Amino acid sequence: MLLLALDTATPAVTVALHDGTSVIASSSQVDARRHGELLLPAVDRVLAEAGHRLDAVTGIVVGVGPGPYTGLRVGLMTADTFGLALGVPVHGVCTLDALAYAADIDGPFVAATDARRKEVYWARYADRRTRVTDPAVDRPGDLDVGGLPAVGAGALLYPDTFPDAHAPEHVSAAAMASLAAERLAAGVELEAPRPLYLRRPDAQVPKNYKVVTPK
Amino acid sequence: MADEPLVLGIETSCDETGVGIVRGTTLLADAIASSVDEHARFGGVVPEVASRAHLEAMVPTIDRALKEAGVSARDLDGIAVTAGPGLAGALLVGVSAAKAYAYALGKPLYGVNHLASHICVDQLEHGALPEPTMALLVSGGHSSLLLSSDITSDVRPMGATIDDAAGEAFDKIARVLNLGFPGGPVIDRYAKEGDPQAIAFPRGLTGPRDPAYDFSFSGLKTAVARWIEARRAAGEEVPVRDVAASFQEAVVDVLTRKAVRACKDEGVDHLMIGGGVAANSRLRALAAERCEAAGIRLRVPRPKLCTDNGAMVAALGAEMVARNRAASDWDLSADSSLPVTDPHVPGQAHTHSHDHVHEVSKENLYS
Ligand SMILES: [Zn+2]
Repeated sequence: MLLLALDTATPAVTVALHDGTSVIASSSQVDARRHGELLLPAVDRVLAEAGHRLDAVTGIVVGVGPGPYTGLRVGLMTADTFGLALGVPVHGVCTLDALAYAADIDGPFVAATDARRKEVYWARYADRRTRVTDPAVDRPGDLDVGGLPAVGAGALLYPDTFPDAHAPEHVSAAAMASLAAERLAAGVELEAPRPLYLRRPDAQVPKNYKVVTPK
Repeated sequence: MADEPLVLGIETSCDETGVGIVRGTTLLADAIASSVDEHARFGGVVPEVASRAHLEAMVPTIDRALKEAGVSARDLDGIAVTAGPGLAGALLVGVSAAKAYAYALGKPLYGVNHLASHICVDQLEHGALPEPTMALLVSGGHSSLLLSSDITSDVRPMGATIDDAAGEAFDKIARVLNLGFPGGPVIDRYAKEGDPQAIAFPRGLTGPRDPAYDFSFSGLKTAVARWIEARRAAGEEVPVRDVAASFQEAVVDVLTRKAVRACKDEGVDHLMIGGGVAANSRLRALAAERCEAAGIRLRVPRPKLCTDNGAMVAALGAEMVARNRAASDWDLSADSSLPVTDPHVPGQAHTHSHDHVHEVSKENLYS
């Protein structure tokens, strides 16, 4: 088994290669504005570091969010197209699940990422492998997590809502790959690689709504 | 010819997910998925709706194009993609797909300019572009006059709209007349039964001191809307067909007049018209009439190649391969305001001999 995992649902552009036993190479960069530029070179670097070519990969794992849309789609589109070109399966993993899997907490907790617009994407976990609520998007002020510990940038950003916030701040493809490998080995079917937007599109037609022609 | 470059092109600058395949100047496939119906109720293209639709449509559309062309992805000589200009989020979906596809297949990637692609597509219809060619590009997003002596390296802007695009004016007037979205085809249809001389709408930027090749449609748009409102306020019926015909006449009169003048001034004997508005029957007819009178050869591709599509991107990509232009790097970005003077986005790899990404990438190419 050789899994290529990637996630661009949050400010982290993260890529990892997993051989079925362990993560053999990984790369994480935090830059919310350059997902499109950073992802492919990161894939290239990770493969080179592990001494593999892309055609050796037996499956693609991709974070499906929730996440701000523009960046989220970079990872999903890349994964979809790799799957098409290589003829290998593409699996989805909830980005919050991968974040939770890397938590070092016993007992129930919350994973939260920054949804921008003063909101968080979040879900509740019984333990690091078990999500107990659907991912949701809310204002931190409207949330009551009952003092549960929390992980992720969304928790670290809003201490009033998440007074007991812990690392990791960002999701890593290494954790995502490990979680996916574990689930696949256990015969658990992974999610479809389709985006979790959780919000409707802003139905605003910009003034020059088609291509802007440079003058 | 079998030794001409086989290129797949991806276009996602607006609401059409286009994947085309060409061999040199021969069209092999032109697969399109459009999200236009999803935008209709908003009266215009909603960027986020378009971007979401591109993501869903991409893989099926690539599949369809390959089947239509009857070629294997392994045989491609390159992958071309619209790098800009266009809607940022929409472009990014196509660029991400093209990069992943090119990388996985071990093919060179060419990020190309949407406007240059609109010009180059005519090679699929009428053979190699004459050099130089004057091009009039008119659509919902662009109204430009461009002069090109080599579509892969030299595109010079002669003029452009200073406010609204021509197609945008069609959409606006269609909305005011309650004819729906998009406005172009429906105005064209109503105009056929109307009198183009019925109402004297203004011709923007046609005075002696106005810039010779620039366009303005905002004043026309307002004049037509006011005229309609005045009729309605007076309780009179709006003569939809005459309004459509007179409005359309004002637009195409200015477009063709300025395009022909630019050809004459620059001594260019070929005019190419592209973009969605090039599907307009009155624009085609008037351009043909005026070009003939001026001794200019007119080239207008069939309507399906005039609107946004993947074949036009593939056509320009094939020309990049044929003329040995540098491929783009793996960190190619979507540039929503890519200047029209950049027909493509060449990589830096060829100038930096120790470019790491590039050297590593070679290891990943299939034999
Ligand atoms: Zn266009």
